[in-house]
Amino acid sequence: MNAPAPYFHWGFILISLPNLALIGAMVGLFVVALLLPFPGRRQRYPRRGK
Amino acid sequence: MTEEQGPAGRSPTADDLAAAVPSTRSWTVTVRRLLTERLPLEHVLPDHEPVFVGSWVYVFGVVAIAALVWVIVSGVILAFMGPQWWHVSPQGRFANSLHFWSVQLFFVFMVLHLWGQYFGAGWRHGRAGTWMVGVVVFLASIVTAFTGYLAQQNFASQWIAINAKDGINATGAGAFFNVLNFGQMYGLHVMLLPALVTALVVIHVLQVRMRGVVRPIGDEPGGPPQ
Repeated sequence: MNAPAPYFHWGFILISLPNLALIGAMVGLFVVALLLPFPGRRQRYPRRGK
Repeated sequence: MTEEQGPAGRSPTADDLAAAVPSTRSWTVTVRRLLTERLPLEHVLPDHEPVFVGSWVYVFGVVAIAALVWVIVSGVILAFMGPQWWHVSPQGRFANSLHFWSVQLFFVFMVLHLWGQYFGAGWRHGRAGTWMVGVVVFLASIVTAFTGYLAQQNFASQWIAINAKDGINATGAGAFFNVLNFGQMYGLHVMLLPALVTALVVIHVLQVRMRGVVRPIGDEPGGPPQ
């Protein structure tokens, strides 16, 4: 905890691994939220015109 | 008909009361009329939501607000007890960690909420103001978090302040926003900026309540049937 974090360096991209992991976790959580069914919603909502 | 009764002997409604007031320039009448028209109580405290809101994506915003509540609760405790307590005692270190990690969650879920609204184009159909206030909440939160890092009262806060000084000076704001002035940064962090963020969040939620949640893309009124 009391040492500099390791960094990912690729071209002009320079980011610490903890920050990179957090961004990856956020993207993963966003995708899961899109795909995971919401409790109590067993059907897609009726679209207009149907 | 008594004074307490409206037309036909029934209790007066808000519309009756509004109609009974003559045309006036009174600001209280104007504000009351605007609130009655644009923010009725059934919009402020709805008992059901549109069916398309049944998605985890719509949970991110309320989780961010829940994290903000914990930020404020832990911050009030820290402000009351003081730096020595939050640095030395186990209870203080716990409250300090609670404050730090609830801020992390606040930002994580605020950004996830932002992504959801960006990809869903949440500013459509008269909701541009809601989007813009949300952007200002984000920017104000960054400044609040920054002053929080400066108010830690440790070597990290001194390092951040000294390194930030040149950058802030370069923006021209250094004359009135002095990151080396602990009293100024602490006052901003515990009083003015939290009040600003909280007020903006309340306005943001009321804006959502006024217009409701935007319909999904491709399902707008007047759009082609899906």
